[in-house]
This record gives sequence, C-alpha cells and structure tokens, in this order.
Amino acid sequence: MGTPRTTVWYEDVQEGEEASPLSIESITRTHIVRYAGASGDFNPLHHDEPFAQRVGYPSVFAMGMMTAGFLGHMLTDWMGLKNLRVYRVRFLSLVWPGDDLTCKGKVVEKHIENGRGYVHCDLTVENQRGEVVISGYAKVELPLNGH
Amino acid sequence: MITMEQEKPAEILVTLPIEPGKIREFARAILDDNPIYRSAKEAASAGFQGIPAPPTYSVVSAFFQESGSRLDVGLDMRYTLHAEQEYEYHIPVVAGDILTGRSRITNRYEKEGRRGGKLVFVTVETVYENQIGQKVLTVRQTLVQTSKTAEK
Repeated sequence: MGTPRTTVWYEDVQEGEEASPLSIESITRTHIVRYAGASGDFNPLHHDEPFAQRVGYPSVFAMGMMTAGFLGHMLTDWMGLKNLRVYRVRFLSLVWPGDDLTCKGKVVEKHIENGRGYVHCDLTVENQRGEVVISGYAKVELPLNGH
Repeated sequence: MITMEQEKPAEILVTLPIEPGKIREFARAILDDNPIYRSAKEAASAGFQGIPAPPTYSVVSAFFQESGSRLDVGLDMRYTLHAEQEYEYHIPVVAGDILTGRSRITNRYEKEGRRGGKLVFVTVETVYENQIGQKVLTVRQTLVQTSKTAEK
C-alpha cells in the first residue's frame, strides 16, 4: 500500500504541491488489535468493548497513534524517512471501526537556510464524512541537487 | 495490607531496544510495506546503517516497560484522551541501537471545555539517547483528561 518515492530533491518540490493521498477503507477491530500488539498500547478503551461502553463510548475506538502511524506512512512515502526533521499531530476526532480514512499532505513553504533546503508541510487525516480527525505538520530537509 | 503514599518520581528512564522483528511488526500495523523496514540491503540503499525505525516507532517503549515503571501523570486514564504528539528527529534510529529515554512532565494546565467542564492537559517530554550518548529523538506527548463527559 503506497509506494515510497526514491530520492526527492529540494528543487523538485513546489509550494502548493500535494502528496498522493493514502486511503484506508473501513477500519476494523483487527487493525486496532494488531496495532495494540505492535505498540504495546493495551488501554482497554481500544479493544474491550464492554469496558468502552461502560465508560460511555458506543464501541471501542482506534488509538490516535495508529492513525498518526498511517499519516506518518503517507509522509515517509512522500518525502522520505531519512529527510524527516519534525512531525507533529493534533488529534481532533475519534476514529471508529467502519471509518474510512484518507491521509493527505501539502507543501506550504520551502526555503534554504545555511545551505540546507527545508520544506514545511501541512498534513491531515479525514474520515468518510470529511471531518478532520488529525491535523499535522512536518518539517523536512531535502538534499539540494546543485543545479 | 497497608497502602502507602508513594513518592512520585519527577523523571523516569525508559529503555528502548530497536529490534528488526518489532520494526517489521510495527510497519505491518501501520500498513507500511516499504522494503526499508524489512531488508537491511534496502535500508542501506536508502542511506541507513541498519533497518530504520518508522517515525512513530518509539510508542513501542510501552511494550518494553515494566508496568510499575510508568511516569504517573496524575490523570484518570478512563477519561483521558491523546491530544497531541510531536517528534523531533536528530539522528536516524536503526535496528541494533539501544535507546535510553528520559521522561518528565514539562507542562500541566487546565482549560474550560467547549461543552463545559474542566479539561486537564499534561505534556510529557522524552529525550532519547543512543548507546553512544548521541541525542537521537525528542518526543512530546500531550494528554487531556475530559471531565468524564463520556460517562452516561
């Protein structure tokens, strides 16, 4: 799912440019449980339905970090893991089983500072109703190709 | 049984070994089939000295901690949600590294919620160093305790 780009040069990235979105159709409890095992996050709100309902939620819901992981996956496919300098997310809405998620990115600014090329990106994850469940930001340092 | 008021540590140390199997498991959980997470050769051709950790991989420190060694943030976890997460990447983290993180509470404040009720925010900062003492990663996690609005 998603194809990482090979070397991304500073000169090849333009302000306003958008990433190819990463879509995940229908989040399942299996996605959530697999992430629980991988991360070690066994907060029962994310896997124990009777517990979640007892404290007032309609069902279990995904860890914010799982969705942040999907967004990070989109980001590293787009800009390259090695180039990442800052990655920040704010969790705005909960993600429920059955939700469809789309991870998006857009270059908002680029500049050269002390001979290094920096790119600033706005990031979002939206659900099937168009609600932003995560808003994020990344600062990326891209190599200059010297042309 | 006598319950004693425990002295809450202001700072805790966490150990985070970077392991290739755990990286592969984590990459699968974020649906990332990038070959750099599975093959040392692919990682090398992408410029890494070993299989690298994905950007949010340090959450697996939860898996490696003993249950008694968590930082007490003083929130009721039944009503606590994750508000923000921030990473600063200083040096690549690769399989074989052993990181030591120093976690402490750096901010705590209260705010009125939009639908009434008090929200309590706590930020925990963890600075990770690798086995040769280089600062590799800074993580800031902000949690929010709602005033039990989820309660029926």
